[in-house]
Amino acid sequence: MTLTYTQVWGLILGLAALTALIKAMGPVLLGGRALPPWFSRVTVLMAPTLLSALVVTSLLAAGRSWSVGAHTVGVVIAALMLWRRCSLVLCVVVAVLVTAGLRAI
Amino acid sequence: MRLGVPFAVVGFLLSVSFGVLARQAGFSVAQASVTGMVVFAGSAQFAALSVITVGGGIVAALTAGSLMNARFLAMGIAVAPSLPGGPVKRAAQGQAVVDSSWALANRGDGTFNRWLLFGTTLPQYVTWTLGSIVGATFGNALGDTHRLGLDAIYPVFFLSLLITELRDATSRWAAFGGGLVALALVPVSPPGVPILAASTVALMGLVRRSR
Repeated sequence: MTLTYTQVWGLILGLAALTALIKAMGPVLLGGRALPPWFSRVTVLMAPTLLSALVVTSLLAAGRSWSVGAHTVGVVIAALMLWRRCSLVLCVVVAVLVTAGLRAI
Repeated sequence: MRLGVPFAVVGFLLSVSFGVLARQAGFSVAQASVTGMVVFAGSAQFAALSVITVGGGIVAALTAGSLMNARFLAMGIAVAPSLPGGPVKRAAQGQAVVDSSWALANRGDGTFNRWLLFGTTLPQYVTWTLGSIVGATFGNALGDTHRLGLDAIYPVFFLSLLITELRDATSRWAAFGGGLVALALVPVSPPGVPILAASTVALMGLVRRSR
């Protein structure tokens, strides 16, 4: 861990301020007005792109190398269940149980 | 408010896991608890946390978190016409936008039911805050949390959000490209960079589709 105690507070407050700012920006500045279409096409794609990057790296990478672990198996099973439209609560519970189960073996 | 309950339940579990993982990343109990209270944006919190967990700096963590939040800009623009009042009141109401409540409040005709937005967000905020406090407080008492498999919670949650985002071919390609770029950069770039670099894939939205 490289961040100091003060740096962690800086990170938390910075993230809180930026999140509040981003959430306020749409309703305040752009109230009702339309944005150029290219702008919204990019912001709309930001979520699937980043969510995918986050899911993939949390599943298949550890630090600076590729790796798979018990959680990879747990999440893949949950992914199949999500695909079959099982409830999110159930999928999360199964992912945790499978992961914990494999690590116990 | 009842519509928000299933998300509030998963949010609680997710927030507990955030509290636990944040403690492991070097946050104090107070820090890990306050994060959920003041940030209240799960994906941004986990994006920032995953950057510093692998040794990235504050700037990279804030950037990753904010890029993840960029979708709230689009959501805020969409709800804007449905929110009354002056700038301060509108800004305050905009804080209620989270993924699930935004989707639930969407009437599908370009307008939003703002009371549904606030009502479904409220239980989620309560459980989110409680979860991070519980996770932060009892995280260390759980012993080896790795053994409990809590790290499997947040990929599943984001996967469920991701699935709802895959509306058309363009978003599916963006997701595929983003994942590929991030994974390809893992061995060759400093921590945190793969997720940031993946966001450039969203620029493919600039290309007007020729249909």
